[in-house]
Amino acid sequence: MKAFRLLSTSGILGYGFPEESLQAGLAREPDMLGVDGGSTDPGPYYLGSGKCLNSRLAMKRDLALMVRGAVAHKIPMVVGSCGGAGGEPHLQAVVELVREIAREDGLHFKMAVIHSEQDKATVKRGLAEGRVQALRNVPALDDATVDRASRIVGMMGPEPFMRALDEGAQIVLAGRSSDPAPWAGCAMRAQMPPAPSWYAGKMLECGATASLPKGHDCLLATVRADGIEVEPLNPIRRCTPLSVANHSLHENPSPCFHIEPGGMLDTSDCRFDAVSDRAVRVSGMRWEQKPYTVKLEGAELVGYRAMTVCGTRDPLLIAGVDDFLAAVRRNVEDKARAFGVPPEQYKLVIRTYGRDGVMGPAEPVAEIRGHELGFVLEAIAPTQEIANAVLAIARVNMLHVDFPGRLCKEGNMAFPFSPSDTEMPPLYRFSVFHTLAVDDPCAPFPIEYETV
Amino acid sequence: MARIRDIAKVCKSKNAGPFELTIDVVFDDAALFERVRATRVLGPALFARLYDVAPDDVLFTEYPAGFAFKATIPRKIAAGDVGDTDVYGAQQHAPLLDVDIPV
Repeated sequence: MKAFRLLSTSGILGYGFPEESLQAGLAREPDMLGVDGGSTDPGPYYLGSGKCLNSRLAMKRDLALMVRGAVAHKIPMVVGSCGGAGGEPHLQAVVELVREIAREDGLHFKMAVIHSEQDKATVKRGLAEGRVQALRNVPALDDATVDRASRIVGMMGPEPFMRALDEGAQIVLAGRSSDPAPWAGCAMRAQMPPAPSWYAGKMLECGATASLPKGHDCLLATVRADGIEVEPLNPIRRCTPLSVANHSLHENPSPCFHIEPGGMLDTSDCRFDAVSDRAVRVSGMRWEQKPYTVKLEGAELVGYRAMTVCGTRDPLLIAGVDDFLAAVRRNVEDKARAFGVPPEQYKLVIRTYGRDGVMGPAEPVAEIRGHELGFVLEAIAPTQEIANAVLAIARVNMLHVDFPGRLCKEGNMAFPFSPSDTEMPPLYRFSVFHTLAVDDPCAPFPIEYETV
Repeated sequence: MARIRDIAKVCKSKNAGPFELTIDVVFDDAALFERVRATRVLGPALFARLYDVAPDDVLFTEYPAGFAFKATIPRKIAAGDVGDTDVYGAQQHAPLLDVDIPV
């Protein structure tokens, strides 16, 4: 039976993988090689600011091995969600690295660069035409929210990858992509049906995460018309029917229904069978075609931040910590107002580790059981100057506010650092998380070609 | 009675996108999964109570192929927004650990 083999190097470009695993994978003569470049998981900062999630050095190391492997074996290499968030600065950072690698190694190839940043006017036109829907637990979109966004990306499906390969590109670097799309696109272009193609993509986008022991490593998937086979390339790892089945739980609202651009992958009736002690066959997946939608992701600037870290070992303070923090807040409000900053201009967030620093108000344990508490104080304001000023006055009051029964008259807190206050990068929030109905899956994602 | 921490193989939480949190409890084999399923303790009502959300907002799935139960709930604060405590949502599983399952 006709088969199509796909090789993934790791969960995210720049996470690293053993070189031996890549070589073992290439020795199996895959039809393509790829890696997912990103996720929304590290939060809105990366999309908002244009910064890459992983370092240039780590991405270059992974890319250099992959580009050399792809050129040597004359197979395509595809990278989705370049640089983390897949916006223009993230994509260009990866494009520049690939050009640099090609220059240094004397490699030549046709490269496609697929853009995913969306023009605000286009998004607003979609909104006006009723083609925009909010995803679960997200407010409806309006023009003002679109205008406030620092950056909006569209999440492409497999079609732009297929077009770039049709045009003869060997290296395909894409902006924001549905994680499985680069692989699904390659497999479907080779005439494989959508269901196993998408399923293979869902496995490959996380590298060897579905194997045991878990680790950042390479995974080989073989797609056939009636199912897929997956196998880790590192001899220390193995896929088991259970490890593969449970991968469907990862970062999905449902293990059975996976919404993708243009349809839904239904894994309700999948069978997982061991084909060896390290390879697993998955069959029974279904693809249900739906009207084509592109997910939009946008982030907006909320404010500028400063933070400090401190801790107390004082049992009297710990016993009355709520009153103590309320007193600190009152003093901050008075002092900040006195230097011209009313409370509506800033937010002071105090996370109390040892009480509810991890779960916040959802923490079910009310009693404090530890002998020390840690605090992370964060001031958020419209300017860095105000954030710094509010944080500084909060730090002073954490140290010196009096409380009933206080014995530690020289200071309430241990500050581990000098300077104690640190400016943080600005705070962004995800403000756009909606779908846009489109007629042409390629239209929102222009492709540029370059001979390197 | 047995606590989840004593009988589950995996008990974990993670973002399912920045606006939702998904929580998985996985057991070792089909027999234990079926015994746990028969108790009906793991269900939307439990997650609604533990995480203070409406039962209708809990997307609950029994997943026999993976010997797993999954609940997806709305995040009260989107990942990384003002006041968030857990950007990846990776440490919100603990209230489940002490839930007693009468198996």
